[in-house]
Amino acid sequence: MGLGLDPRKVPSPLIDKPAPAFSLKRLKEPEVILSNTDFKGKVTLFNVWATWCVACRSEHPVLMQLARSGKVDIYGLNYKDEREAAKQWLLRYGDPYIANAFDADGRVGIDWGVYGTPETFIVDQQGVIRHKHIGPLTQEIVRDEILPLVQQLEATSG
Amino acid sequence: MRLLRIVISACCLFWAAQSPAGLEKFDFSGNVDEDRYKELITEIRCLVCQNQSLADSDAELAHDLRQEVYDLMQKGQDNTQIVDFLVYRYGDFVLYKPPVKPSTYWLWYGPFALLVLGIIMLIKTVRQRGKQTDAGFSEREQARLDKILGKDGDDRV
Repeated sequence: MGLGLDPRKVPSPLIDKPAPAFSLKRLKEPEVILSNTDFKGKVTLFNVWATWCVACRSEHPVLMQLARSGKVDIYGLNYKDEREAAKQWLLRYGDPYIANAFDADGRVGIDWGVYGTPETFIVDQQGVIRHKHIGPLTQEIVRDEILPLVQQLEATSG
Repeated sequence: MRLLRIVISACCLFWAAQSPAGLEKFDFSGNVDEDRYKELITEIRCLVCQNQSLADSDAELAHDLRQEVYDLMQKGQDNTQIVDFLVYRYGDFVLYKPPVKPSTYWLWYGPFALLVLGIIMLIKTVRQRGKQTDAGFSEREQARLDKILGKDGDDRV
């Protein structure tokens, strides 16, 4: 039954539920708030990351490429990080995010059921979580899982 | 130098035995009952080190979730509410004891079902064997057996 599955990948009970509400200061512009209502009306990729997360580094070029393709809006949750370190990271490796919410104490992460980074959520136009990917995104996962789902969601209530 | 190392190791061991997960020093003088808190965190699984409970784990997330549990208790939430809070976010997996519901019926009742099935099969097999012995050999089988054993009807060998 579940043999052969990776026990570290715990299915999220939040799939098909409304994205947990949050309201946090943005990483780059702390005077501006980023909240879940910013996702409304479009399919959004919400990526949880941190500079202390080794796997996030390997994922970063994939996000950069996806951002360049313009196929989906990417927002980030900078999870339990230091603001300066995170800003430096984005300067150094590029910034694929429209905006990042700065979750210093990880409370929003808990609401989203985050237990490791990186994690990636796909939120639909109505603000409902449709997919969660645990671990770094790869070109293959983006091509085979993420983009088909984004296209399907965009088609259903375009 | 060597002695110093031994002393330090011994201290570390002692320290480790004292407080396995470096539990936070929460204030239990208010409305948060320490025993209830400790019981609750041993029932919740740490998602990072999956074979440890929140009480055992030193993972960053375990610290955060212990804080969350403490805060929720301080807000006056009961155990069910706190467990629901965590299950809503992390799923049944956070519980060491999964709830009894259709998707976990196999988990709870599967072993008993298999046990009953095993007993039924055992009884059937034993009964069948009993019948076979009673039936003995058919005439033809007996004749063939005698031939193989070199018997010619009387009991001489």
